[in-house]
Amino acid sequence: MNETLHVSSQFDDDLSSLRTHVLQMGGLVETQVSAAIEAYSNGEVTSVKSIVETDRKINELEKAIDDDCAHIIARRQPAASDLRLVFGISKIVTDLERAGDEAKKIAKGVRRIYEAGHMPVQYGVGVRHIADAALNMVRQALDAFARLDAPLATSVIRADDEVDVEFKAVIRQLITHMMEDPRTITTAIDIMSIARAVERIGDHAKNISEHVVYIVEGRDIRHAKSKESAN
Amino acid sequence: MMPVESALQNLVPEISIRNLNFYYGKALALKNINLEVYKGKVTAFIGPSGCGKSTLLRTINRMYDLYPGQHAEGELIVGGKNILEKGVDTIELRAKVGMVFQKPTPFPMSIYENIAFGVRMHERLSRNEMDDRIEWALTKAALWNEVKDKLNKPGTGLSGGQQQRLCIARGVAVKPQVLLLDEPTSALDPISTMRIEELIHELKREFTIAIVTHNMQQAARVSDFTAYMYLGELVEFGKTDEIFIKPQDKRTEDYITGRMG
Repeated sequence: MNETLHVSSQFDDDLSSLRTHVLQMGGLVETQVSAAIEAYSNGEVTSVKSIVETDRKINELEKAIDDDCAHIIARRQPAASDLRLVFGISKIVTDLERAGDEAKKIAKGVRRIYEAGHMPVQYGVGVRHIADAALNMVRQALDAFARLDAPLATSVIRADDEVDVEFKAVIRQLITHMMEDPRTITTAIDIMSIARAVERIGDHAKNISEHVVYIVEGRDIRHAKSKESAN
Repeated sequence: MMPVESALQNLVPEISIRNLNFYYGKALALKNINLEVYKGKVTAFIGPSGCGKSTLLRTINRMYDLYPGQHAEGELIVGGKNILEKGVDTIELRAKVGMVFQKPTPFPMSIYENIAFGVRMHERLSRNEMDDRIEWALTKAALWNEVKDKLNKPGTGLSGGQQQRLCIARGVAVKPQVLLLDEPTSALDPISTMRIEELIHELKREFTIAIVTHNMQQAARVSDFTAYMYLGELVEFGKTDEIFIKPQDKRTEDYITGRMG
């Protein structure tokens, strides 16, 4: 990435404050996802409220950052790496906001499960495993953005394949439980939607990483097979 | 996006520049330039002041011949002929390769005569044919509707934007292959600038256009290809979309994004 300063120092300030805001938003989403996973593991239903509140802050930041992007485009007409940065950020915040929404869905699912009774122990492990992987993907995607590190972003994209495979295994396991004991169906459906939300968080982290590759290298690797994108 | 190679397949070079060096006296102002200007496309030349972009444009129709001590070496092929060689008819060349300058340069004569003057140097037309040619040229330059009722008024009485379109009409009236535009809008207001840019878009259906501009957004808006020049060298040449989104050379990137070391 181009580290030479602009002739206009105000433009440098605008871009650096834009990046700071994205990282701030990313930090909130990361906290939210991590809190939702904790709530799932420990039955911490009280944290659900704060997760929902954080979501409001995230939504506000999404709007503010998009507005900043529009202002920079209108006033500065960014080109080349600056253009890719602004354009990429506008897409990254969309994925961050959606990842936040998924965290909220997890929190609400957790509340439904624990209010109805308790978490059947045998279900916890698989979901917990993919949740940790997805959270790690979010962290690394944000790191890749902060450092504009395309190789790290590429490794996040690869990690998504594993999450997808494990997600399918979790679903198969849940279906088996439901067939064996129809009394578990209500809870199993909630857990399924939680697993689905976790899988989506991984997808958003993957998308963010694809945007990072675009920002750094100018290559659009969306919808490519992961083999090709890893080049 | 289409790969460059396949996009380039349908392109025909109108001008081929090979190993071009240009001297102001002993000072080397263009260093080994190699470049194709494609037929029916707009090629923009950008770069900081003194980078040689106007010099390169002036070489294409041998404008520099008018100044002693300036000379070019290498090949500049237009219509299969190296126009840098001795014995080239520069009057004929400049009819094939027209030029419009930064400041509008209407002749001190009527709007009609401004256009007819150049046409008469190359062709003998009847009064009717000349009338038709003038209407055609003014229509091409998007000026006909504004001046059709005052063709006998002096060209210098028009607004700056209209004068510049008159100069473009004068350029196209002799039916050139190539139009060279040297910062054609730098003395114009934004609306007149937009009109000229719209005109460039229309004109490229029939003419090959090379434009020098200080306004990078203008280069991005009007051109199909962009050449970035710096200190007399061609740093990077490519499709405008690629130059403005993902330039290959860091010097191009720095210039386009407003970074200058």
